[in-house]
Order: sequence, then structure tokens, then C-alpha cells
Amino acid sequence: MGIMRVKAKARGDSTDVKMLIKHNMETGQRKDKSGNVIPAKFLAEIEARHNGKLVFGASLGPAVSKNPYFSFSFAGGAAGDTLELSWKENTGASGTETADIR
Amino acid sequence: MSMNRRSLIKAVLAGGALMGVGVLLPRAAMAAWASKAFEATEQGTAMKALFGGEMPVASADVVLDAPDIAENGAVVPVSVSTEMAGVESISIFIENNPAPLAAQFVIPEGTAADVSTRVRMGKTTNVTAVVKADGKLYSATKEVKVTIGGCGG
Repeated sequence: MGIMRVKAKARGDSTDVKMLIKHNMETGQRKDKSGNVIPAKFLAEIEARHNGKLVFGASLGPAVSKNPYFSFSFAGGAAGDTLELSWKENTGASGTETADIR
Repeated sequence: MSMNRRSLIKAVLAGGALMGVGVLLPRAAMAAWASKAFEATEQGTAMKALFGGEMPVASADVVLDAPDIAENGAVVPVSVSTEMAGVESISIFIENNPAPLAAQFVIPEGTAADVSTRVRMGKTTNVTAVVKADGKLYSATKEVKVTIGGCGG
């Protein structure tokens, strides 16, 4: 199971995408109970591709809310197509996932 | 026999090198995260780091949608759209946050210049959207009042 929940809907000649990513987006500003700073751990980069072509790219700072939400739409895409998604944390951790266009 | 073994080793080594390239490429393809801009603590510094000195011009063609009052600063919905042609990127700044640059969206050709997200706001301050279109910068600013801050805690 990935961390990205994606609703991608083909509508005429474009595709609407809504994306919710399960992530704490730890800012590096908070302290734990004993007063130690909790290190920053947030999603820094998100990309979505359709047939290998970049359709959405985002660079993020920790000011983006916990469980980040994005919506966008791009020309093209049809029901049954696949969106290739990738994410990268500020820590260097990364992942790739796919989502189907409906 | 020994020749065969040697060429086999060569083939394995070459294959290994290729696999290494394959593993590295997706990372290189990722847009470089603008660390200087994201780590800047002043909005002017962040803009300079992101846009290289040019400052955005306020424009009514940039549509920034954010609430007048955000009860919960941890989740403030922000939408930015424009009808301008040749849009390359959309950036969101929150002036009084510890780091004002919140996000930058790349808008490739074919993608609508219309994005929504949710941001954290420490306190009441100006939210500014900057659209880069045909190499020029345009902005819209709106003050959002925050009842409960979304940073720290």
C-alpha cells in the first residue's frame, strides 16, 4: 500500500486529478515532551507523469499541511490509462506509485 | 574458455554499470528542490532565491482563492489559477511563516494553470501567489486572518 490516494477522472479531453498523500509533514519546529526538537521530515517533491510525460510537479516546504492535498488537471488521458506518481522526502526517502484514470 | 569467462565478466560488469545508471536517472530527472528558497526566513530573500532577483508585478489576472479568516491555521485551503498563456510555474508564499515559501508547482505544457492545496499558517499574514508566465512574474496577495496558529504546538 502506498501513501498516495488519487482520484483521476477523464473528462472530455482532459483529466482532473485529486491527490491526498498520507504524511505527517513534520516541520522541524515542534518539540517533543522532553523539549527536544522533532527533526523535519516532510515531502519535498511530488511528480505525476502520464505516458512518461510530466503533467504535474511540486516542490514543497513544511508549510504544506499534514496529509497534503493537491488538485490539478491536464490535457489528455483516458479511462484505463495509468498515472505514474513519485515522491521524495527531505530525508532522501522516496517512492513511486501508480494510479488508474477512471 | 578463459576468454569466454573474461567476456562474461565484462558483460556482467557492463550490465551492473547500466543498472546503476538506471537507478540514478529517476532522481536526476526530479526537479531540484530549491533549498535556498525554501530555507529562507524572509519572503524577499525566498523570492530572490527562487526567481533570481526579478520581483513579481501585482496582476488582476492571477486569481488567488484563500479564506478571509482561517479558524485552523494548520489547514488553510489555497487555490491559484490564471487564464494567462505560457504559465511555467505557480508559487505560494506565506509572509510571516518561519519559512515563507510554502510550495512551487511546475505547470508543464498541457496542464491547466489551476492548482489547489492546503497550507499551514503560523499567524495572520499575507498569502502571495506568484505565477511565472513567458518568463515574467505576476502576483496576487490576500491577507488571511488566523484564529489558531498552525505552526509549533
